[in-house]
Amino acid sequence: MTTIDIDALGTSQLLMGNEAIARGALEAGVAFGAAYPGTPSSEIMGSLITVAKQMGIYAQWSVNEKVALEASAGASFAGIRAITSMKQNGLNVVSDFLSTLVITGTGRGGLVLITCDDPSAISSSNEEDTRPIAKWFGIPLLEPGNFQEAKDMTRWLFDLSEKLGSICMLRSVTRISHARGCVRLGKLPRRKHKAYFEQVHDIWNAAPSKFITEPSVKRHVSQYLRLDKAREKFESSPFNWYVGPDRADLLIVTCGSCWLHSQEAVRMLKLEDKVGILKLGTLWPIPEKFIEKHLGKSKRVLVVEEIDPFLERSIMELVANLPFGSLHPLFYGKRSGHISACGEQNPDTVLKAITSIMDLTYQPREIKYTRKAEQAAKDIPNRAATLCPGCPHRATFWSIKNALRLDGRNGFVTGDIGCYYLTTGSTGFFQTRTMQCMGGGIGLANGLGRLGQFGFNQPVLAVCGDSTFFHAAIPALINGVYNQSNFILAILDNNATAMTGFQPHPGTGITAMGEPTKIISMEALCRSLGARVEVCDPFNLKDTTATLLSMIEDEDGGAKVVIMRRECELVRARREKRLPYKVYVDFDKCIGEACGCNRLCTRVFHCPGLIWDREAGKPKIDEVICAGCGVCADICPQGAIIRERADS
Amino acid sequence: MKALAKEPLNLVITGVGGQGNVLISLLISEALVREDYLVVIGETYGVSQRNGSVISHVRISKETQCSPFVPNRHADIILGMEPAETLRMLGQFGNPDVITIVNPRPIYPIDVTGGEAEYPDLGELIETINELSAKTYVINAVEEAQKLGNLILANVILIGALIGADILPLDRKSLEPVLKQRFPKEFEANMIAFNKGMELVGW
Repeated sequence: MTTIDIDALGTSQLLMGNEAIARGALEAGVAFGAAYPGTPSSEIMGSLITVAKQMGIYAQWSVNEKVALEASAGASFAGIRAITSMKQNGLNVVSDFLSTLVITGTGRGGLVLITCDDPSAISSSNEEDTRPIAKWFGIPLLEPGNFQEAKDMTRWLFDLSEKLGSICMLRSVTRISHARGCVRLGKLPRRKHKAYFEQVHDIWNAAPSKFITEPSVKRHVSQYLRLDKAREKFESSPFNWYVGPDRADLLIVTCGSCWLHSQEAVRMLKLEDKVGILKLGTLWPIPEKFIEKHLGKSKRVLVVEEIDPFLERSIMELVANLPFGSLHPLFYGKRSGHISACGEQNPDTVLKAITSIMDLTYQPREIKYTRKAEQAAKDIPNRAATLCPGCPHRATFWSIKNALRLDGRNGFVTGDIGCYYLTTGSTGFFQTRTMQCMGGGIGLANGLGRLGQFGFNQPVLAVCGDSTFFHAAIPALINGVYNQSNFILAILDNNATAMTGFQPHPGTGITAMGEPTKIISMEALCRSLGARVEVCDPFNLKDTTATLLSMIEDEDGGAKVVIMRRECELVRARREKRLPYKVYVDFDKCIGEACGCNRLCTRVFHCPGLIWDREAGKPKIDEVICAGCGVCADICPQGAIIRERADS
Repeated sequence: MKALAKEPLNLVITGVGGQGNVLISLLISEALVREDYLVVIGETYGVSQRNGSVISHVRISKETQCSPFVPNRHADIILGMEPAETLRMLGQFGNPDVITIVNPRPIYPIDVTGGEAEYPDLGELIETINELSAKTYVINAVEEAQKLGNLILANVILIGALIGADILPLDRKSLEPVLKQRFPKEFEANMIAFNKGMELVGW
C-alpha cells in the first residue's frame, strides 16, 4: 500500500482522492492539521495522522469541526501552514467562526479548509452543497476534477492563502474523495517550522491587532479586495480548460467529478468534434473573462454539476451583466430539468441530457437483453443495511424496546446520526423516531421533556454516540439539567467513532497520534452536573432493561443519563481475531413455528448471523457471519440457542 | 505484457458489506498500476458497509482517466461475491458479452431471515446468471477457503479465479508482488489460495 509520505518524485501512485488531498498538503509543507471525522472526508486527516510523526508535523482529531478550524487558524496566526477537513455538515458547525475569520483574514501560515460533499447522501443525513457557502462568506474556492488535481490544488491553495491573507477552500465530493485514481507525485519538502505569534499594531486599520474583527466595515472592504485578487489569478489558472471544437453544437460547462462523467459521455456518443467541454476548477470567484471567452463557442450551454445550480446561476449572472446586444446562449441544466436537481450525476445522466438536447437516440445494448436482465434482477430482495452481527447497539435497542413497552406510555427515541441511524428501521426495532444532525436528538428531547404542562407524558429517550456526546451533546445536556427537562440521555459508548473509521476521542485515553492522554470520564462529567447517571453493559439484557425501566419511571423528573458501555464489535474482532462464544441452535429444544414466539430470533431480533432453515422450519447460525456475542441466547424463550465459551 | 481486451475495460465487483470487495478492487488495481495502466476505482462506502450491497467499479485504460462509474450495460467482467448481488449487477451493468465469476454462497438479507421477503432459489439464480452472461464461472470460494482452514482466504481464491479466467491484462506474476506487500506474514497461505482460484477455472 502506498503511504502518502512516499518519497518517489514523479512516480504515478494509486491514491484515494482524500489521500491525494493529504499528499498535496504535505507537498505544500503543512505542519498542523485538525479535524473531526465525517464521511467522506475522514481519510484526509486520517492519512496525515498516520505519517505525522515521521514528517515532524502535528495532527489531531478535535472534538468538533469548529474547534478544529479555530485550532488550525491559531497555527496560521503563528505562521504555521495548517489544514482542516470536514464533511458538508461540518461547514455548518464552523460557520460562526468562519464568518468572522474571513473578516480578520489569516496569519503568515496558509490556511486551507477542505469540505467533502456527499451528493445522493450516501453516508449522510442530507446532500448539502457547500459551494454557495464559499460565495456567501467570500472565500476563494477550488474544486478538483480528478485525483491529480485533488493533490495539486491543495498544494497551490496554501500559496494562494498566504498571498491573499485569506482562508481558502477546496470542495470535493464522494466520487473524488472516496474514489481512487493515478496521481503523479511531487516533491516532499523537508523544512523546519518555527511558530511565533507576532503582537503588532495594525497601523493600516488603526487597530491594536490584525486578528480582531474591528474595524469590521474597513476589514470587510479588504476582504472584497482579496476576492478581486483571487479572481484575477483564477482568470489564467491551469485548473480551468476547454476541450472541443472552435464552434460547438453544444457547450458543456462542468466541474468536479462531473468533468469525468461529461468527458466519458461525450466520448461514448463519439461527439468530440461537436460538443465542447469547459471544465472549471476555480469556482469562486468565477473567472468571468475566461468563461465569457468560451461562452461564444456555442448557442447552447449545458451546465453539469452536483446538488445546487451553483455554476448555472453564477454564469447566468455573468451573462446578465454582459453589454446590451451581446450573445445570449440558451441554458440547459437544473432549471431546464435536463440535469436532476437532486442526487449525484454519472456518465449515464449526462449522456441522457446531451441526447435529449441534441435530439439523438442512444441504446447501450440490445433491448431484448436489457428487458430480460432488468426483469430477472427485479425480484432480488432489497438488502437493507443493518447493525453488524455482534453490535452492542442491537442489544441496547432490544432493552430500550422492552423497557418502553413495559412502561406502556408510548415512549420513543429521539436519535442521532452515525450507526444509530440504522435503528430507525427493523434492525433497531423501529424505536428511533427522529433523526437530524449530531446532537439533534438531545436538543429535541429538551423541548419534548418540557411539555408536561400541556399534557405530554410520553417517556423521551435521547440517544447519541460517545464521540457525538463530546461533539454536540454536552451543552444540550446542561440545558436539560438547568431547565429541568424530563428526558433520559442514553450514551451508546462503544469506545470509538465507529461509523467513520474507529477514530479515538476524549473518552478513549489516546490521541490521534497514539499518545496516551487523560481519559475524560463521561459519568464523572455528567454527575458533576447533578444528573442521575447509570452505567450498563448492553449485553446484559436483564439488568439493562431493569435500569432503563427504573429511570423511565423515576418520579424525580429532570435530565438523566445512562451510559451503555460495550466496545464496538468491529474493533474487538480486529484486536482479538477470535469469537468470544461458539453459538448454535439446539434443534431438539427449538420447536420452530409451534413455539408461539413467532420467530422472535430471526423475525424480530434480526441479527444477520441468525438465518432461517426452511426445511427444518427452525433457525440456525450462519457461521460465516456470526460474531459470537451470544446475546441471542438470552432472547430465546425455549433456551434453544446455546452459547459456549469459545475456549472451553 | 498482456494487452487490454477493450478500451476501457470495466470490472464490477459486488458483494455484501463486510465481505471485503473493497480490498479485492485495491489488490487488482495495484497490480494494474504497476503495469502502467490508468486505473480509477469507484466504490460504495458508508452505511452499506453494514451488511448492505457494496459495489466497486474498476475502470482500466491505457489512454484516459475514466469516470468512477461504469456506465449502464458496460461491464466487461462481473465478480460477484454473493449470488443475489451478482444478478442485481447484471440487471444494471450486464450485456451479452459479460463474463461473470460468482461465489454461490448466499448471504441472506434481514428481510429474508425475517420472513418478509424471499430469497430466490439458488439453482435458478445461478441458471439466470449463466443465461445473462457470455461465460460464467461458479467458484465455491467459501467452501474452498474452509478447506484451506481460513474463511478470509475466500477473497484471494476469487482473485485467483479472476486472473485465471484470463480477461484482465494480468497474470500470476503481476499479483505476486502485490500479495507479498499486502500480506508479508501470510504470503504463503495467500499464494496457495490464489493458485487454488486459478486451478478452479482450469489452470
